[in-house]
Amino acid sequence: MKRRDFIYLSGIGAGAAMLQNIPVFGRDISMEEALMPVDTALKKRMADVALNAARSKGATYADVRIGRYLNQFITTREKQVENISNTESYGMGIRVIANGSWGFAAIDKLDDDNIARAAGVAVQIAKVNSKLLTEPVRLAPQKGYGEVSWKSPIEKNAFEVPIKEKTDLLLAVNDAALKGGATFVNSSLFLVNEQKYFASTEGSYIDQDIHRLWPTFTVTKTDAKTGKFETRNALSSPMGMGYEYLIPKKEEEIKSVDILYKNRYNMVEDATTAARQVDEKLKSKPVEPGKYDLVIDPTNLFLTIHESVGHPTELDRVLGYEANYAGTSFLTLDKWESKKFNFGSKLVNFEADKTQKHSLAAVGYDDEGVKCKNWDIIKDGVLVSYQTIRDQAHILNLPESQGCCYADSWSSVQFQRMPNVSLKPGKTPLSVNEMIKNVEKGIYILGRNSYSIDQQRYNFQFSGQLCYEINKGEIGGLLKGVAYQSNTQEFWNSCSAICDEKDYRVGGSFFDGKGQPSQVSAVSHGCSTTRFNGINVINTARKI
Amino acid sequence: MAILSKEEAQAILKKTLSFSKADECEVSLGGSEGGNIRYARNAVSTAGEISTMGLAVSSTFGKKTGSATINEFDDASLEKVVRRAEELARLAPENPEYVSVMEPQTYRESIAFVPATAAINPDARAEMVLKSLQVAKEAKLEAAGFLENSNSFRAIMNSKGLFAYNKDTDISFSVTTRNEAGTGSGYVEQSFNDVKKLDTLAQTRIASGKATRSATAKAIEPGKYTVILEPLAAKDMLENLVRGFDARSADEGRSFMSKKGGGTRLGEQLFNEQVNIYSDPFHPELPGATWSGDGRPQEKTVWVDKGVVKNLSYTRFWAQKQNVKAIPPARQVIMEGGTASLEELIKGTEKGILVTRFWYIRSVDPQTLLLTGLTRDGTFYIENGKIMFPIKNFRFNESPIIMLNNVEALGKAQRSGNMIVPPMKIRDFTFSSLSDAV
Repeated sequence: MKRRDFIYLSGIGAGAAMLQNIPVFGRDISMEEALMPVDTALKKRMADVALNAARSKGATYADVRIGRYLNQFITTREKQVENISNTESYGMGIRVIANGSWGFAAIDKLDDDNIARAAGVAVQIAKVNSKLLTEPVRLAPQKGYGEVSWKSPIEKNAFEVPIKEKTDLLLAVNDAALKGGATFVNSSLFLVNEQKYFASTEGSYIDQDIHRLWPTFTVTKTDAKTGKFETRNALSSPMGMGYEYLIPKKEEEIKSVDILYKNRYNMVEDATTAARQVDEKLKSKPVEPGKYDLVIDPTNLFLTIHESVGHPTELDRVLGYEANYAGTSFLTLDKWESKKFNFGSKLVNFEADKTQKHSLAAVGYDDEGVKCKNWDIIKDGVLVSYQTIRDQAHILNLPESQGCCYADSWSSVQFQRMPNVSLKPGKTPLSVNEMIKNVEKGIYILGRNSYSIDQQRYNFQFSGQLCYEINKGEIGGLLKGVAYQSNTQEFWNSCSAICDEKDYRVGGSFFDGKGQPSQVSAVSHGCSTTRFNGINVINTARKI
Repeated sequence: MAILSKEEAQAILKKTLSFSKADECEVSLGGSEGGNIRYARNAVSTAGEISTMGLAVSSTFGKKTGSATINEFDDASLEKVVRRAEELARLAPENPEYVSVMEPQTYRESIAFVPATAAINPDARAEMVLKSLQVAKEAKLEAAGFLENSNSFRAIMNSKGLFAYNKDTDISFSVTTRNEAGTGSGYVEQSFNDVKKLDTLAQTRIASGKATRSATAKAIEPGKYTVILEPLAAKDMLENLVRGFDARSADEGRSFMSKKGGGTRLGEQLFNEQVNIYSDPFHPELPGATWSGDGRPQEKTVWVDKGVVKNLSYTRFWAQKQNVKAIPPARQVIMEGGTASLEELIKGTEKGILVTRFWYIRSVDPQTLLLTGLTRDGTFYIENGKIMFPIKNFRFNESPIIMLNNVEALGKAQRSGNMIVPPMKIRDFTFSSLSDAV
């Protein structure tokens, strides 16, 4: 077993390949226990024990995170519930600077002696590591906020919704898919609640309560005669919301070929549509490889943004800290220094925003006590900034951190993680229909599917759940075997139109991996439907 | 405390089961201790140690199951966790696929635990990393790497009297070395049960050699090429294949193993005759657990014999339904090779590409098992039996099924991560586009 005890969701059927091997960290607990938060005064007292011990052992800076991480996951297939699990993980991580070097220790037995001992271990590790330093840590200034708190602006705590209501919903989804002609259906619901307390020697005591959820399904249809099968995954998005996301609202729907969803999701309706579409997919015609103008829906483009814009603008990757795992970045510092690196067309504006409502990465303060904000990363097509934390801000001559520090557990060391990075909508009014009307030969792509990109984020290949042919401004039938392949800079320079804010939606990655030992994080990417001209499309069909 | 002996584990499990009032109960206990060092830009970035132990109880009334876990082991805590699991079981929906816990089994003693690896301390880790850093600095390269070791045990017991225990050790090391200009990169990755087999100095030299030799790569046209895959590259393709040897998805018609007209392709010649794949928890180079999570003995199992698929894995439910033996999924997978070295495979190649590593492999089409991904950290052009020059990285779109039909030659198999895989010479491997990434 590796550093942590991951519980793998092995009960999920092979048909739901995208849902396999999802790590969830923690121990099982009862619902009553999950709903009892830890007293803030107690957390402050424990934090002070750690901070005082660290200082007395020689730390010049220390921060403490007391985290209680709750997960609930429910998985079903066809007419049965496969798995219901509640997990909790509770403990403290202490990070210090001593002799100019970082040290870290984590514990789950939170008595005063053990806390003080762990603070001592963190200082000792920092001192040992300082011998291998090339330069001492430089922290951007950060004022203490005193005792403050922040909560995800949820309307209905999903953990408080009775399990039966949730399993009934998933079984209704399955029922809708089976009635619609699906052969198999897997559905699931993931809930996360991070109760995080942060304190530092700068004088901050920050209590936060963060909620996220992800409802999803995979509908499968097989054709025994031909031996062929197709799947269609949910067009939902993981959100920084409560259970209200699963209560449908007409004004949060958008009419495209079928209904699409903004900040409310009709899971049953989507399953009915999916069952029909999976049948259409089985009968669809193969794509002719070549150049196409692509009209990409937010349910697909969010992942392209994540991979081709979010990751290469992580400053730790640019500097080489991820070279042995996730990789480095083509957006080297000289490109930023030139102030004219042409990342995309003039229409392309990317904003990082850790305050965006309903988004996965929204928090009040990051995991080193920096108040969250928003900033430009790509402005009018030019690279203008990256994503930084306190010990990186000086590299960009910034007076303060951009607040991108995150750890996935109290036992993980916090490091630079992606904020929400979103494409700003077009300034002139433009609907999806108007956009499609002007496309001669194109493909309209919806939903995430296969995605792969190189370690410096140049060459990518993505595919979708639904790929409709566009011929002379008209949407035709579904196409089979579509994958678009491009180079990040060429792709964003081929961006020729962006729909206006009425079409703006967020998608997200619930389990984004980075670091060794690997940590997960959740992040959203917003955009409106966007057009890209002359993109290479391949046909992925093979005979075996 | 985190590593218990067989007798200590047995005592805790027995005690826990004595509190059970359910129709059936299964208790599992596991612990691990170990540490890691991460480094980048030729300096240590993070280091840590962690020790954990936990107990999980699964209680069943009829077909209703509940489970609960705990990390305290006094009698009161053990009773509490059993009561919690029983309480959850009563509230749970009925699981129509529930299968009764297993009768007692006999297992051979595992050989996966190596005392020398269990004895690794922070100083030993630091020393291994220092050797790696020293090589990189001497070669004027920048190293980023990760070293991690663990020592763990796992035991289960159920209300029918089944008891199983296993312990093992593991050390894994990987390093990426890059030149200052960012034009060359090399990588190695190794895992062993026995730390004595790991030489971080020699391994970092291999990575450094690749970094230096891969600088100033030339672009050549994408297309179909004969490739020589080093074991690390071959392993990534094989992992995706072996994971698909699942009976239920094949029977349900949603796998590359499903047959036109219904049924599965079990027994069909799916690959070249040179392809032989089996799993064996007692292979001396890749020893592993002797039982699966639910207590089924892990035995030597042939998955592919001379290119014919011989077995698929089953859950106990699906095996009962199909009335077949419930073979657990493959672990400790071995693909047999030949006797040739990598150099000899290169020597015998008129025109081809040497791939040292793949990256970001994702499934494109589960129907054909088509995968996409890229080459990384050293790709070279071969002509007339010699490596001529480094080439730019490619994206590939290829199915391991097609790949294993196009086997020209296999070299000597070696451990790569958690598989034993030979270097492979494959014809007509499909590279579809170029990447500027280094």
